[in-house]
Amino acid sequence: MFDNLDFDVIRRSLPYLFLDGMSFTLMLTGLSALGGLIFGTLIALMRLSGYKLLGRIAGLYVDFMRSLPLVLVIFWFYFLVPYIGQWLTGASRPIRVGAFTSSLVTFIMFEAAYFSEIMRAGIQSISKGQPAAASALGLTYSQSMRYVVLPQAFRNMLPVLLTQTIVLFQDTSLVYVLSIPDFLGAASKVAQRDGRLVEMYLFAAAVYFVISCVASYGVRRLQARIAIVR
Amino acid sequence: MIEISHVNKWYGPTFQVLKDCTTSVAKGEVVVVCGPSGSGKSTLIKCVNALEPFQEGQIILDGIKVNDPKTDLPKLRARVGMVFQHFELFPHLRIIDNLCLAQEKVLGRSHEEAVAKGNKLLERVGLTVHANKYPAELSGGQQQRVAIARALAMDPIAMLFDEPTSALDPEMISEVLDVMVDLAHEGMTMMVVTHEMGFASKVAHRVIFMDKGEIVEDAQKTDFFGSPRSERAQKFLSKILSH
Repeated sequence: MFDNLDFDVIRRSLPYLFLDGMSFTLMLTGLSALGGLIFGTLIALMRLSGYKLLGRIAGLYVDFMRSLPLVLVIFWFYFLVPYIGQWLTGASRPIRVGAFTSSLVTFIMFEAAYFSEIMRAGIQSISKGQPAAASALGLTYSQSMRYVVLPQAFRNMLPVLLTQTIVLFQDTSLVYVLSIPDFLGAASKVAQRDGRLVEMYLFAAAVYFVISCVASYGVRRLQARIAIVR
Repeated sequence: MIEISHVNKWYGPTFQVLKDCTTSVAKGEVVVVCGPSGSGKSTLIKCVNALEPFQEGQIILDGIKVNDPKTDLPKLRARVGMVFQHFELFPHLRIIDNLCLAQEKVLGRSHEEAVAKGNKLLERVGLTVHANKYPAELSGGQQQRVAIARALAMDPIAMLFDEPTSALDPEMISEVLDVMVDLAHEGMTMMVVTHEMGFASKVAHRVIFMDKGEIVEDAQKTDFFGSPRSERAQKFLSKILSH
């Protein structure tokens, strides 16, 4: 069955697959997770702020993002961002936005919706006595959040945040709709150029599988360690 | 120092937790607040540093009106120490960092200054060797002593204690009370919600008895323990002193 397969194509394309493709995928994953966490924390704080209007806006945003297929958001954003940029800057023509910037903005906004729910649960898991003690010492609301509540919420939620990041790592492959050479995009380019679809897609699947599995195992070990500290 | 006058507080539209509470604490005075659970004593003490808002009346703390919207609450709270029933140390920070956080962020002290002050207070409560541990590694009594040290690090003009020993195992209560007795003897202004009548009879100047949101009795210590005027206070005392 494997007679007419040529696995040497993988070896020949390794530098391209990893140096170009995988480094793009990892960079997109890392930056999106970081941006999504920051933006998501802000959304969570808005929802918990006690100001009804702010909370409502944040809630609508989260529901909106979670009700759309990611691939559609990526697609739409790529076409919309130039016009939004034009509108914001008042330029005469749509601004040029690279595929990387566009997909990064998309992932940050999309992931923020998910990260915000995780951070919201994390903040709510901190007993009311903690911010009360911080206030009693004279810390302001923002100081109490920054030095007392958020560090604990982040630590408690770290395993969940990392698991979500592993999902994000797999989801970044959807940028193929913008024909960006991320890891999957690179593999698919080689596959089509050399007519080696089966080999390349098998290899790509194996790589995603191994990385995600190892990362998940790492998260489980971390979870056990955090449980002991607490 | 602390003037509480005609304070009324409701939870929701109908449930009144504080009913026309009026009392005061003079500089250097130690006042014990007692009463059955649900009587509003913790709520009253939390109103003093505005951790709990109230709808009517006023509280004046060292000349500053607590319930004035223009009052800078964080600044006001920084001047009053508070100790909680469940310690509320920050579990993600080492003991010494628990003592330094507010000194640095609120009072603007340098890290060295804060550490020096923190170490001095840890020595005072007898916990110097634990400076680099995390709160979870300490016993309840030790954690509460750290909490007292943390409040003292801010050089407070008064200290509020909200049932500081109720969450402790019996054998740890005295180590915390000893620290509080020392404080009282040094002339610290203190308002203490507690059921520890031994502590009250030893160091309190006055005892306030609350029931159902009202201050039923506000008397000098000797009068209170000698002959409480109200029937409710008599009943309460006979219950907790009978064992």
